[in-house]
Amino acid sequence: MFDFLEGYDVLGAFWMTVKLTALSAVGSLIWGTLLAAMRVSPVPLMRGFGTAYVNIVRNIPLTVIILFCSLGLADVFGVTMGSEDFKIQGFRLAVLGLVAYTAAFVCEALRSGMNTVPLGQAEAARAIGLSFTQTLWLVVLPQAFRSVIGPLANVLIALTKNTTVAAAIGVAEAAYLMKTMIENEAQTLLIGAVFAFGFVVLTLPTGLILGWLSKRLAVKR
Amino acid sequence: MKLRKVTAASAAVLALALAATACGGDSDDDAGSGSTGGTGGGGKIKVGIKYDQPGLGLKKPDGSFAGFDVDVATYVAKQLGYEPDQIEFVETKSADRENALARGDVKFIAATYSINDERKQKVDFAGPYLLAHQDLLVKSDSDISKGTDLNGEKLCSVTGSTSAQNVQKSIAPKANLKEYSSYSECIAALQNGTVAAVTTDDSILAGFAAQDQYKGKFKLAGLKLSNENYGIGVKKGDATTVDKINKALEQMVSDGSWDKAVAANFGPANYKNEQAPKIGVIVK
Repeated sequence: MFDFLEGYDVLGAFWMTVKLTALSAVGSLIWGTLLAAMRVSPVPLMRGFGTAYVNIVRNIPLTVIILFCSLGLADVFGVTMGSEDFKIQGFRLAVLGLVAYTAAFVCEALRSGMNTVPLGQAEAARAIGLSFTQTLWLVVLPQAFRSVIGPLANVLIALTKNTTVAAAIGVAEAAYLMKTMIENEAQTLLIGAVFAFGFVVLTLPTGLILGWLSKRLAVKR
Repeated sequence: MKLRKVTAASAAVLALALAATACGGDSDDDAGSGSTGGTGGGGKIKVGIKYDQPGLGLKKPDGSFAGFDVDVATYVAKQLGYEPDQIEFVETKSADRENALARGDVKFIAATYSINDERKQKVDFAGPYLLAHQDLLVKSDSDISKGTDLNGEKLCSVTGSTSAQNVQKSIAPKANLKEYSSYSECIAALQNGTVAAVTTDDSILAGFAAQDQYKGKFKLAGLKLSNENYGIGVKKGDATTVDKINKALEQMVSDGSWDKAVAANFGPANYKNEQAPKIGVIVK
C-alpha cells in the first residue's frame, strides 16, 4: 500500500522541516525577547517601534512575508544572504521570514508573562538600585519565561506547521516533497495522510513535553 | 495517567484518519470501473480547466475564459451536444485532477494534462490533442542554445513540477534552480534579471510570452527537452465518453479549427507548434 514512497527522501524532507523550525525558533526567541524588552522599555521611541513592528508584522500573512523575502529582498534588492546558490539562499530567506513573523507572537506571549509578575517586584528592584536592564534580566524575565512556556509551546507548534509555507520559494521541506509526489504519483489522499502523520509526530511530543515542563516550572503564587 | 490518555486518543484519531483515506481510495476505484459517471445535470456540462495559465486556460478579470485548452474544451463539448452557454468551467488544480474526475465533479478535464503511466491507472485519457515539449523562455537577446548551457546558469521553475524534476535529474544537474509556486513569479524573476531562463512546457511559456505586457521581451529557445502529450482526462472506465471526445478531436483537426486555435493563442512568441497529434499515439 505504501510502495509509492519508494524513491523519495521523505525523512530528508522532514529533516529540512526540523532544521527550519529549530533555527527559526532560536532566532524568533531572541528577536521576540528583544521586542518584548522594547515594548516595556522607558524609552518612548523604542516602545513605539516595538508596538508598530508587532502590530504590522503579525497582521501580514506569512505567505506574503516569505514571498516578499524572495521576490522583493532577493530578486529586486539583491539581498543574497551570503550565497548565490538558490537552494541555500531560499533556506536562509525562509528562516529570515519565519523569524520576523514568529518573533511578533513570541513578543506578545512574553509580554503577557511579564504582566503576571507583581508590580511590587519591579519597584523593589528599582529601589535597591538596579537599572532597567538589570530589573528585566534578573527579576522580571526569569519569572515571565516560566509562566509562558505553555503559550510559547503553541507558538512553536504553529511555527513547525508554518514552515510549509517555505515551499512557496522552493525550500525542499516536507510540503515541497508532498507537491512533487502528488505531481508524480496521482495518490492525493494517501500522500496527504503520510505527511499529516509526519507533522503529528513532530508536533505532538513538542506539546506534551512543553506542557509537562510548563506545569513543573510555573511560578506558584 | 493523563499522558497515556492523550496518546491513546491521538492514536485513535490517527487510525480513523488513515482508515478513512484508505476506504476513500477503494470506493473511488469501485465507482470508477462500472458506471459512466454523472454529468452536471440540468443540461449543463462541467469541464475542468486551469485558471492561471495564459494561452491555455485563463480566467480573465471579467469572468470569461480564454486559451487553447478552453477552445478545445468548447469544441469537444459542442460535439457532445452542449452549446457554449451550457458549459460550466471548473478550476482543477494539478493535485486535484484525479479526484475531481473520480468524484464526478467534472465530465472531462482539458488542463495541460500530460498523459503518463501513473495517471493512466487512475483516469482514462482521450487524445492526445497537443504535443508540447519542455523548453526555455529567455530574454530576446539571450544566447542560451542547448540544454547543457544551463549548467551553472540561474533558472526558474515551479515547485514540484515535472519540468523542475527533469532539469535536476537529467538536463542540467548543475543548474542553479530557483523554485516558486507559480510561473508568474518566475516570469517576474526573468524580467528583472534574477534568473536567465524559465523552464516548463513550450505551450505554457508561449502563452506567457504572448501576453501584452511581455510582447517582444522574451523568446522561446526552441529546445525539445521532453515530450508532453496533452490528453483530455475522463473518469476511469468511461469508454463511451473517451470515444466521443476522440471523434470530436479528429474533427477539430480535420476542419481546421485546431490550427486556428493554435495560431490565436500562441501566436506572438515564435512558437513552432507540432502537427496535430494522431489520436492514441503517445510520443515517448
